[in-house]
Amino acid sequence: MTPVPGLRDPAPTSADRIVSNWRLLYRLIVRPMVREPLRSGVTVLCVSVGVAVVVAIDLAGEASAGSFRSSMESLQGGASYEISKVGGIPDEVFGDLARIREPLRFLARVEGYVSEPETGERFPLFGVDVLGDEALRPGLEGGPPDLGRLSESRQVWISRALRQEAGGPVRLVVGDTVEEFEVAGVIRESVGGSDSLGPMALMDIALAQRVLGRRGLLDRIYVETPEGGTRNWESLIRSHLPPGTVLHAVGVRSRESRKLLTSFRWNLRVLSYIALIVGAFLVYNTVSVSVVRRRTMIGVARALGMPRGMVRAGFLAEGLLFGIVGTALGLATGKVLAVGAVELMGQTVQSLYLSSAPGEIAIRPWTAFAAVCAGVGASALSAWWPASEAATVPPTDAMSTGRIDFATRVQGGSWAIRGLACAAVSIGLCFAPAWDRVPFAAYAAALGLIASATMLVPQAAVACVRLSSRPLLRVFGVASMLGARSLSSSLARTAVIVAALSTATAMMVSVAIMVGSMRETLLVWIDSQLQADLYIQPERRPGEGDLPTMDGSVALTVESLPAVDAVDRYRRYAISYGGLPATLALADFRVLKTRSEMRMIEGADWTGISDLLMSTESVIVSETFSSKHDVRTGDVLSLPIGNGAEDFEIVGVYPDYSAESGYILGDRGVLARHLPDARLTGCGVYLVPGADIEAARSEVVRALAGRTVVVARNRELRENATAVFDRTFAITYALEAVAVFVAILGMAGSLITLVIDRRGELGVLRALGGSREQIRSLVMAQAGMLGIMSNLIGLLLGCALSVILVKVINKQSFGWTIQFHWPVGFLLLAIAVIFAASLAAGLYPARIASSSDPGGMLREA
Amino acid sequence: MGSLPATIRPVTPEPRHPPSEQTVSSDVLRFRNTSKVYALARQSVAALTDVTVSVGRGEFVALVGRSGCGKTTFLNLAGALDVPSGGDVLIDGLSTVSLDDAQLTQVRRRQVGFVFQFFRLFPTLSAVENVEVPLQLAGLPGSRARARDLLDLVGMADLGERMPYQLSGGQMQRVAIARALGPSPSMLLADEPTGNLDSETARTIMDLFRRVNIELGTTVVMATHSMANASRAERVIALNDGRLASDESRNPEAPVG
Repeated sequence: MTPVPGLRDPAPTSADRIVSNWRLLYRLIVRPMVREPLRSGVTVLCVSVGVAVVVAIDLAGEASAGSFRSSMESLQGGASYEISKVGGIPDEVFGDLARIREPLRFLARVEGYVSEPETGERFPLFGVDVLGDEALRPGLEGGPPDLGRLSESRQVWISRALRQEAGGPVRLVVGDTVEEFEVAGVIRESVGGSDSLGPMALMDIALAQRVLGRRGLLDRIYVETPEGGTRNWESLIRSHLPPGTVLHAVGVRSRESRKLLTSFRWNLRVLSYIALIVGAFLVYNTVSVSVVRRRTMIGVARALGMPRGMVRAGFLAEGLLFGIVGTALGLATGKVLAVGAVELMGQTVQSLYLSSAPGEIAIRPWTAFAAVCAGVGASALSAWWPASEAATVPPTDAMSTGRIDFATRVQGGSWAIRGLACAAVSIGLCFAPAWDRVPFAAYAAALGLIASATMLVPQAAVACVRLSSRPLLRVFGVASMLGARSLSSSLARTAVIVAALSTATAMMVSVAIMVGSMRETLLVWIDSQLQADLYIQPERRPGEGDLPTMDGSVALTVESLPAVDAVDRYRRYAISYGGLPATLALADFRVLKTRSEMRMIEGADWTGISDLLMSTESVIVSETFSSKHDVRTGDVLSLPIGNGAEDFEIVGVYPDYSAESGYILGDRGVLARHLPDARLTGCGVYLVPGADIEAARSEVVRALAGRTVVVARNRELRENATAVFDRTFAITYALEAVAVFVAILGMAGSLITLVIDRRGELGVLRALGGSREQIRSLVMAQAGMLGIMSNLIGLLLGCALSVILVKVINKQSFGWTIQFHWPVGFLLLAIAVIFAASLAAGLYPARIASSSDPGGMLREA
Repeated sequence: MGSLPATIRPVTPEPRHPPSEQTVSSDVLRFRNTSKVYALARQSVAALTDVTVSVGRGEFVALVGRSGCGKTTFLNLAGALDVPSGGDVLIDGLSTVSLDDAQLTQVRRRQVGFVFQFFRLFPTLSAVENVEVPLQLAGLPGSRARARDLLDLVGMADLGERMPYQLSGGQMQRVAIARALGPSPSMLLADEPTGNLDSETARTIMDLFRRVNIELGTTVVMATHSMANASRAERVIALNDGRLASDESRNPEAPVG
């Protein structure tokens, strides 16, 4: 044929090709997405909720730990080293150091915590050398301190966060008393170069020593060294320190605390990613559906010359679009969700890890980058498989319909084998150790189990449908049976939606079992621990590193009461051992030997251990301490107390669930030789046999009038501990609920897609005499079947995951031995709710299906 | 192809509606000044305009015309899948305009059987299960035995357990015809039933329609493009742009074999 002049185009440039390719992609991919706003919207929503949860948990974790930096570290100035000692550094040590004829600067600190009497809000109180610390002075508003008044005045400088006016009085709970101070001024934000300060208070060091009961003692001495040079200042300073004093680089303490926090944050982070995984399943589902539905179009396009790569790029672009839009929305909503997450996380972090108020919630570049990687990456990965499948289908094959689903059924067997292999590898990973106290191998094992369950889903779905067809036909009629059958014929998407919902269900089940087991174990432990009739402790709640004390005379006063048989004096010290924070506790074993019986994991019986503790330089350690530091009965601990490192033999290991950092427990009579401080962190009061507990409590309260202490019955402490526990795990339930919500949303989306895809079949059913109710029951049967399959698989997978959580992740992260407990009631309720939600997810698609006119359905199919 | 089993041979004599609702009529289907207008996004399209036609009991009618002339709309209205925008459609004397959705469902369930161009078997059900569907939807007992008889009627007795993807086009259409005959409808509506088949298979399917029409007395209304198929009917109704163009009765060609 002779070419018509003017119609022959010049050879296209590469730019032309790119433009025309993108135009084609827009027409074939973006336009159909826009034309199906419901399906696209649900997918985007799922991705955005997944990303939002990840962002919220990350932001909340940062915020919860963030203010620790802004209060404690803001007062370190430019110090390189810090000096500390269990029980306190004598004033004379500071005097000795100050006399060193070298260009070194020493900053003395007394540290404690106080709280507002009305709100109970706790914040740090620092005793500093207000006159001597030149770097600090410009940061204090209200003019220079008056040297003449300083010694007798009760001046305090407070941060803006506490909203107090300069010149006015302020009442603070210090230890077991409420004290009044004069607000001398406000601490400027510029103190220590920090941008923002949380609530905190400063006072002169002498006053702080008086009010905190630390006369003659300092908690910390910071050392500023000259910049540059190669002088070994560390050995010089160390040579001037008395035995028992510890010198280490600045920041070690907060790094130790953060190290502990790492496991907690990692566990939450992994849980938060579950919602994203569920979202990714749904992106896979949506793109697979796009591929199945546009097979004819792909065939035509391929026949017209579209290369494989372009087909793949097109469907990948669809997944990426879901990811990009979902991530953008997720970043915005994540910041909002973070406010709620901080509420839930903040209290846990404060009571277990860092004694600080939550900081500012701000999206940092790293958070945004991680969210984009997670959201867009997960979407792209999810879309890759169906996109590749679309690209490899030959044009002739693509022209026929229904083969992809059939292929999935045929290949179900090989997927099942892969699933079993994956499960075997996952089980093997459970035996791998943690890496830097983060159980990465166990996380991989959990993800591997989820993946293996996903691979087994197609076979399980086929079996489920096969088993249920006849009962469904008999009980609910032919429409319900058809609904169930059509699920197995569209396995490519059914398997994915079942995998998504069963993953969410499994996580909920496993976390419920883990939390239920921990709760039950905790309650049994509390019962064995709380054997005194009454407990006295300072009103201010303790937190990690913040152990409020009361005067030792409290015990003497109570001991003299006629209803009281004995008092166990209890004192705890926050110490550092092996680079991690720990608690050294002193108890009165003369009292405990006969009136209490602690269950031991290792060592002799309680009486034998009590005798050993009272007669030798020995201690018992908690299970968490034992596993963190890999020490056992018979090992010797070198503790930095008294006049040097004192050696104590471990004579037993006991279970403890009160602190992740771990306990070293010794007899007060033995350890008081090294730690003579008489102040107490608590007292256990044993009443004479037959005494009325309530009357005795009133008597104790009267005797301690004027002190801010709490006198509680052991039942109240038990309830309080349970409440703290429940609050701690509230966020995990919230995360699981989000994952289930995402899965249910996805299920509704999938059912709508099924209805749209099967409209031809539905039309035929209507033409054959199917009523609207029968069509509705068909869709509801599908929803019910999806719910049942997801619940069954989720329950089995959840039980397997709970073993990993309880026996591996929990043990490696926190060192706790948890006894398995099945919260049957909660599990039944959760499964019923998920099943009801899956039925609810079918209501709208059922309405769409039943309200469409049969002629229209036949015409459109 | 087997002889007609006892369960199939007679046209179901029992009343299909309560006597009070039923109007005695010799016509199975009657269109009275029937129009159908589809409202699209920006305009409305008249698919059928002022059509008046009757189809008597036991007739074999071919509906012909070019694509888009209204054949499928005619069948949708005749099968109570849709209701007219104007005029009336009577099926066994019942006006579909006055029926609610549940009653229209009952009409489709008992009075009408559908056969489609692309067979439209349920891919997840075997051949015999497909045939059972309308019987089960209607809640009729003994559906399996009747389905097997119907498969026997269409020459598919040995292939009842096969899934649709294991059948050829002609076999699938036979199953579809058996399915349409399930509840012994008074009228079989077929939309291009041979449009997707080769000429040899098409001829055997047309033979089957003729047998059903003659031996069961079932009225057949078949939309077709094929003049060969139309020549097998005893009456040919032609549509043009949604209007009745012609309505001719003729002697049909005898079935082959």
